[in-house]
Formats: sequence, structure tokens, C-alpha cells
Amino acid sequence: MKTMSMMEAIREAMNKRMREDKNVLLFGEDVGAFGGCFGVSAGMFDEFGPERVRDTPISEGVIIGTAVGAAATGLRPIAELMFIDFATVGADQLVNQAAKMRYMFGGKITLPMVVRLPLGAGISAAAQHSQSLEAWMAHIPGLKVVYPSTPADAYGLLLQSIDDENPVIFLEHKVLYGASGEVDENMAPIRFGVGDVKREGSDVTIVATGKMVHEALAAAEKLSEEGIEAEVFDPRTLYPFDKEGLLKSLEKTNKVVIATEENKRGSFAGEISAIIAEDGFDYLDGPVLRVCAMNTPVPFSPVLEQYYIPSADDIVKAVKKMF
Amino acid sequence: MDLTNEKIVEMYKVMKRIREFETNASRLFAEGSIPGFVHLYLGEEAVATGVCSSMNEDDYITSTHRGHGHIIAKGGETKYMMAELFGKETGYCKGKGGSMHIADATKGILGANGIVGAGHNIAVGAGLSAKYRESGQVVACFFGDGSTNQGTFHESINLASIWKLPVVFVCENNLYGISMSQARHQAIQDVADRAVAYNIPGIVVDGNDIFAVYEAATEAVARARSGQGPTLIECKTYRHKGHFEGDPTTYRPSDEVQEWMAKDPLPRAVAYLMDNEIISEEELRKIDAEIVKEIEEAIKFAEDSPVPSLESIVQDIYTDIVEEVR
Repeated sequence: MKTMSMMEAIREAMNKRMREDKNVLLFGEDVGAFGGCFGVSAGMFDEFGPERVRDTPISEGVIIGTAVGAAATGLRPIAELMFIDFATVGADQLVNQAAKMRYMFGGKITLPMVVRLPLGAGISAAAQHSQSLEAWMAHIPGLKVVYPSTPADAYGLLLQSIDDENPVIFLEHKVLYGASGEVDENMAPIRFGVGDVKREGSDVTIVATGKMVHEALAAAEKLSEEGIEAEVFDPRTLYPFDKEGLLKSLEKTNKVVIATEENKRGSFAGEISAIIAEDGFDYLDGPVLRVCAMNTPVPFSPVLEQYYIPSADDIVKAVKKMF
Repeated sequence: MDLTNEKIVEMYKVMKRIREFETNASRLFAEGSIPGFVHLYLGEEAVATGVCSSMNEDDYITSTHRGHGHIIAKGGETKYMMAELFGKETGYCKGKGGSMHIADATKGILGANGIVGAGHNIAVGAGLSAKYRESGQVVACFFGDGSTNQGTFHESINLASIWKLPVVFVCENNLYGISMSQARHQAIQDVADRAVAYNIPGIVVDGNDIFAVYEAATEAVARARSGQGPTLIECKTYRHKGHFEGDPTTYRPSDEVQEWMAKDPLPRAVAYLMDNEIISEEELRKIDAEIVKEIEEAIKFAEDSPVPSLESIVQDIYTDIVEEVR
């Protein structure tokens, strides 16, 4: 076991696979000697050199498209975009090419590629550098969507992402880059579609993703002081989604709050609530509540931004409505 | 140009195969046997044939919505293509792709593509892969003049240029982006002029002259293979039909159409074969008859093939997940 930040865990997972497999390479804007926009790839250029850790021009479409073409012809590329917001610029390559090629070609091609997308609010980066667009990604058949909340999960899930034979969207909440935790560097890759109970509890299930997992844990501590024991369920991958794991928790608690940082309208939180409504209705003794960001662009001013981001208190408030 | 007679005859066969395939596709679409859209390559046969004849079997191509010609020229089998156009289980894509998505990775065909300009980026990825693996492969990226106004054109050639990737960018300038003439959609006459912006060679050739295309492509392929980076080849050509089958083409002046029909690459290739006594008229008739028969058999194969099973709808999205049926 080693204590690592989320950023180090992501880097170490890439390092591990790049040391093992020459066909794994990383490219994106400033990922080379500069070390990446947030420093995720710091030192990798020195170890692997310019052929394997490649700076690209500011051209998001061709960054993703290069991953598609490289993955179709024998490599296992990792493409980094600076912000998930920029995926809109390269959306054709993600949505119409990467996601669809295997199907359109009758299953006769594999695309083992990872697109790493930092996302989330909290650093006053305003409306074009702070969004949580995971619902867009999860909506597209052909993509897998991974969203770790801890360094250990990031490490194990990124290993699996690189090993996967399909296009994987790997989401990194930028406020979590500094979060530290214990990581077993010899751990096996974490299988997709297997959620994790981050805190056990018997009274209510809080389903949370990314940074909201930490808000949910904080909310659970506050609720515990008032005699309510919350279970925090982190699906870890949005697609494939661990429906069984979630329903198992609901069977025990009979109450659920879903916390994500997305705009509430059209959110993946809505998808989770639909899953519960369709397959878990009999377990419920109350409504499914969502705690999400407001339906606004992400504002700049720290005061407004903090108001925008759902907090532990918002989750506590939602849970208390049920008791 | 060091072309053996045998190779010249092979190149003619490819052009003729495309012509025959497309002529029949046009008829079958009109008859209702082919669903969806078809964008025919009639009139542009010399481009795909000239470029692909300069490449090796394991080299790559990326194609477009007007892809049948590229796929045949790169060695795609007409019976699996026709079955795909019919939406049959035996088609290249098991009936999941159709005309605009035919691919055959075993022959380096990285797919026709329904998004104008999307192949540029994928070609760059394949080029990076070939260069990184030191495989010696090259990539030909086919695209129309219409796509040169997409951002992908710029970002992909720029990246291929700075990374010196083995990609040959082949612009099929058929003078129209759908209904909009080149004179209206860009303020230049030669797309090749844009090569200056990437510090790479930009070459204009008669796209209806199979030998001119072959010669330019051979040089560009050699340049790419030797690590000197990409070339932009602009082939001036013309589509005999509309953008898609059913397009009334009222936007094209009739004298322009006549002028270009007179430059049809097929009769020109036949004239070359005859004038240079490369084959006899009898041999030519035999070749043509064989190709007609091949396409007839491809159509029969498509007609006789089963439609896809309904269960197959949820397969082939991922390597390891089969979705639920409704």
C-alpha cells in the first residue's frame, strides 16, 4: 500500500501499462514536457520520450480522431483533453466515430482507446471549463463511462480502461486530483459495472458519483449524529452500471437520494432514478430524490459557484425530507 | 512511369468493376432493392484506382460517403459490398452499416464514413500507428472538395505535417459540395494551394486520367513511406450522377455536364489499351464480360442472402456486452 493523490494514482496506472505494453501511448495538449494542464502526466515525458508522450496542437477533433485511427490499427492510445467541455469540439470523433465504428462495421473492428476527460466545478473556471457532461457520454451506445471517486478506484479502473477493447471515457474530477488515499499498486484492475459501498448504513441509500461521493460521506456523518445511518453507494462506472449492487442496497434501506454534480435536467441522476423506478419500485417507501447542480451554466464568482455545486448540507436536507 | 502491361490491365479491371458495380447499384436503388441513400462513384473511377494501385495490400485507406469505388479499388469484395447495400446478414457489416459504412480492416479499409471530413482525423491516427509501429504502411485519405471546408481538413493535415506521418491526402474535387459549386463554397480554384499552409507538396492532377493519378500517388506514397510526411493531391474530376441517387442535379449547367462526360475516364482507359495494343478487342470483351458476370453474381448473392436476425440488433456494440432487447 502506498499513499497517493488521485492525480498520482492516474499517472501511476498509465505508467504501469506503458511500461508493460509498448503499444500504449499518451497524447493530448501539453501532456509532454509541460506535464499536462493539471500536471497529471508530470515526469512521463522523461521516462517514455516524445514518441510515446506526445504533445498535440490545440485540435480536439484530431486528438480524439487520432486515438480512433490508432486504436483501429493496433495501438492502445490514451487521449487527454484538458477539459470535458472541449469534447464538444471533438464530439463527432467521439460520438459518430469511436462509439459507432464497431457496430457500423458489424463487429469487425476493435477500438481499445481511452479518452481522459477532467470535469467538474469548484475552481472558478466558469461555464466553459467546469461542466459535468457525463450524461451525454453515458447516453451514447458504444462508449463505456468510468468515474472514480478515490485514488484506489482511479488506479484500478484506469488499468481496466486501458485493458478494455472498447472506447472508454475516463472522467477525472479536477477538485479530486489532490485527494489522497491508499493504493495497492499490485491490485488487479477493477471490473466495470461493479459499484462500491463507500459507507454502510441501514436507513437510506445515497447514490453518488465523483466528488459527490465525498459530499455524501460528509452528509452521512452529519446524519449519523442525528441517528440516521446512510449507506453511500458509488457505482464507479456509469456504463456499464451496477444495477444489482444498487438494488441490493435499496432492499435494505428502502430510501434513496441520488447526488451528482450535473445540471439536474437530463442528468445521469435522472437515469439512475428511472432504473430505480422500473426495477426497484417495490423496495421504496418514499420518493426518489435527486440532489444535483441547478439548471444554470456554471458561474464564475466563487460565491455563486459554491451555491451552484451541491453540498453535503444539500444532501442532508434531502435525506431529512424522508424522515 | 514503369507500369507493366499486366498492371495496366489490372487497373482497367478495377475501374471497370467500379463502373459496373455502381451502374447496377443505381438501377437496384431505383428499383427499390437498396434502402437508404446511395452516393455513387460513377465518373471518379480513375482516382480510387490510380491511388490504390500505387499502394500495398496492407496499407490503409479512409473513405467517404461516396465510398464504393475506394473499397473496390482497395480490394473489397463486391458480393459482400452488394449484400451490405441490400441490408443482408452476409454483408460486410452484417447489414448494420449499409452503403456509407462499409469497412474491411483485413484489407486496410478503415471504413466509408457518413460524416463529411471525419476520415481525415482517422487517417492521421492510422498514420501515427504505422509510423510508431515502424510497419512501413502508408494511409491514403480520400475526401471530396466539400470536406475541405471542415475544420478536420485543417487540423488533420497540420498534425500529419508536424509529425511527418505517412498519409497521402487525396482530394477528389468533383466541383460540388452537394449542390454548392466549388466557386461558391471556396475562394480558391485549386484545393492543392492549401498545402502551402502546411509546408507540404500540393499537386493538381487530371483525376480522370488513371495514369496521371497513379504517377502522382506513387510519388506521394514513396514520400510517405520514406518518412518525409504527407502530400496533398487534388484530383480534378466529376460525378456523373448527383450527390445521391435521386438528386435532380438541376444545379449543374448542361454544357458543363457534357464537357465532363466527354472526359469520362473509362473510355480514355480503353483507348489507351487499344492504341498501345496492350490487349486485343477480344480480350477486352472477355474482361468486360467477366466483370459483368462477377457483379451479376454479387447481386444474386445479395438477393439470396438472409436478412439479419432481429436478435443481432444488440450485438457488436461492444466486444463484451450484449444489450438487452426491448
